[in-house]
Amino acid sequence: MKKIKAAVVGLAGVLALTACSASGSSGSADQLSVVGFSVLEAANEPVFADFKATDAGKGVDFQTSYGASGDQSRAVEGGLKADYVHFSLEPDIQRLVDDNLVAPDWNTGPTKGIVTSSVVVFVVRPGNPKHIEGWDDLIKPGVQIITPNPASSGSAKWNILAAWAHITGNGGTEAQAKEFVKKFLGNTIALPSSAREATTAFSGGNGDVLISYENEAIVARQKGEDFDYLVPDDTLKIENPGAVTIDANPKAKDFLDFLLTPAAQEDYAAFGFRPVIDGVTLPQVEGANDPANPFPVPAKLFTIADLFGGWSVANDKFFDDETGIIPALQAETGKTE
Amino acid sequence: MSQGATLAAARPALRRRAGSRTNLTSGSSLGLGIAVTWFSLLVLIPLAALVATAAGGGWDEYIKTLTNEQTLAALKLTVGQSFVVTAINVVIGTTIAWVLVRDQFFGKRILDVIIDIPFALPTIVAGLVLLTLYGKGSPLGLEWANTELSVPLALAFVTLPFVVRTVQPVLEELDADVEEAAASLGAGRVTIFRRLILPSLAPAIAAGAALSFARAIAEYGSLVLLSGNLPFHTEVVSVRVLSFIEGGNTAAAASVATVMLAVALIVIVALDLVQGWVARRG
Repeated sequence: MKKIKAAVVGLAGVLALTACSASGSSGSADQLSVVGFSVLEAANEPVFADFKATDAGKGVDFQTSYGASGDQSRAVEGGLKADYVHFSLEPDIQRLVDDNLVAPDWNTGPTKGIVTSSVVVFVVRPGNPKHIEGWDDLIKPGVQIITPNPASSGSAKWNILAAWAHITGNGGTEAQAKEFVKKFLGNTIALPSSAREATTAFSGGNGDVLISYENEAIVARQKGEDFDYLVPDDTLKIENPGAVTIDANPKAKDFLDFLLTPAAQEDYAAFGFRPVIDGVTLPQVEGANDPANPFPVPAKLFTIADLFGGWSVANDKFFDDETGIIPALQAETGKTE
Repeated sequence: MSQGATLAAARPALRRRAGSRTNLTSGSSLGLGIAVTWFSLLVLIPLAALVATAAGGGWDEYIKTLTNEQTLAALKLTVGQSFVVTAINVVIGTTIAWVLVRDQFFGKRILDVIIDIPFALPTIVAGLVLLTLYGKGSPLGLEWANTELSVPLALAFVTLPFVVRTVQPVLEELDADVEEAAASLGAGRVTIFRRLILPSLAPAIAAGAALSFARAIAEYGSLVLLSGNLPFHTEVVSVRVLSFIEGGNTAAAASVATVMLAVALIVIVALDLVQGWVARRG
């Protein structure tokens, strides 16, 4: 009996503690909780400052949380407070739509819900000693590729799909695309868990080419990383979606509207993101190959919607654990090596 | 000093308690209440939830997950390398503890402090350090990054302190008089070690080995940069679990996790049996 009493006392104490912490977290009326993927941490600061300088943004306070896109999305699904979410790819928002946290019409705006954009690029050693100019150079014997793991990093899926798009977007068949991606995976020496870790591994001296995103490459060079990058002639457009949650503070909508103005897009451009609207005066983008003309338009720019039928189709077809094309190709290359 | 040492010290006490009567005083029943509540909130309930999640997928899901070749390869690699590293730790860790306790040499105190660094270092930092030392252009001439050797390397680094820290305090308490008496009675060094020292150290070594193994099969941080996560080659179970979670397949992630729990449990029980056997033989 005493034992039970003691246990009850202990449990009550713990419950009291949790109750305290739960009640302590309610925010003021104009506090916006922003949940985003890691790269936005630095890029959002000037955007927040500019928003606060507008009429709509007066007095708004930002509370932020950044991390891997998938982790952040799962955190919001699990109850992390969010007024505005900004992820690296659409399935992470779709998860919240499925959970009734984001309205199903989130992607009906002028940019179809896309807030920032970039392209898949190749990062190479200074001077490009292996003469990597296009996708076909990647599968030459002896070229060592580093790309983040598409199984553990959602954003890494852009890279693999870009390799696939190089074949199917140029008139190739699916069989040819499989052959190409298989060789691509065969040359891959490391699949780090996230884009940032892949950059770290590459900076550590491993590999000849890192498959990355233009904004990631530009920011790394701004921070003094010594490597070159090149935009291949045909590549995939990366589209990062943002959305307001259903229960959000009304100011969140104002903030999202602001993000799609030239002022905010100019701030993002300084961190290597390509504008998603017209009429943006590009700043000097340090770290870009040509700071005055930072975003050269590739001859062919594929999109997930045009070439793959959107993420809902592509995700199942390519990345499902059981039936996906990429896990099967990984298994094939892994076993034959 | 370390959780390993306290664990080893707590074991004999636990055993004595199990044999005694169980009428608790009010003070100790409060203690038991706190212990059980705390343990339930942190360990029992989460573990039960994990098993329930795995079971939620049903047997089909379980079998499908575990017969996936890539998952199997990751399981084999992780468990196999954890055994290898634990065996290395048992030998090297005991040796280091011995040197630290019995020998006097310059820099001993510093070495004694540095042993704990792998505990304190965030594992991702450990991975980064190992990557610069054993990656391409390695100053040591060992380009092990992204190869099969990277896995035992990272595991050995993060698990080194366990055996050292469990064996060290026991060795310090060991009475040198008994060894001297045995020697004066004509026992050789090998006999003394086998019949006197080893049985006393066995519980500590086993405890250290169990901690070291459990840590190794769950390791993630130090490996993600160093191993390259190549399926069928250097991909460990924790990376596989992360992939399942990223893919939204929680049941599969939980299935793999329960298998790892079972493996850990079996190994820890087995070590306990071996330890008891060695101690009795002495």
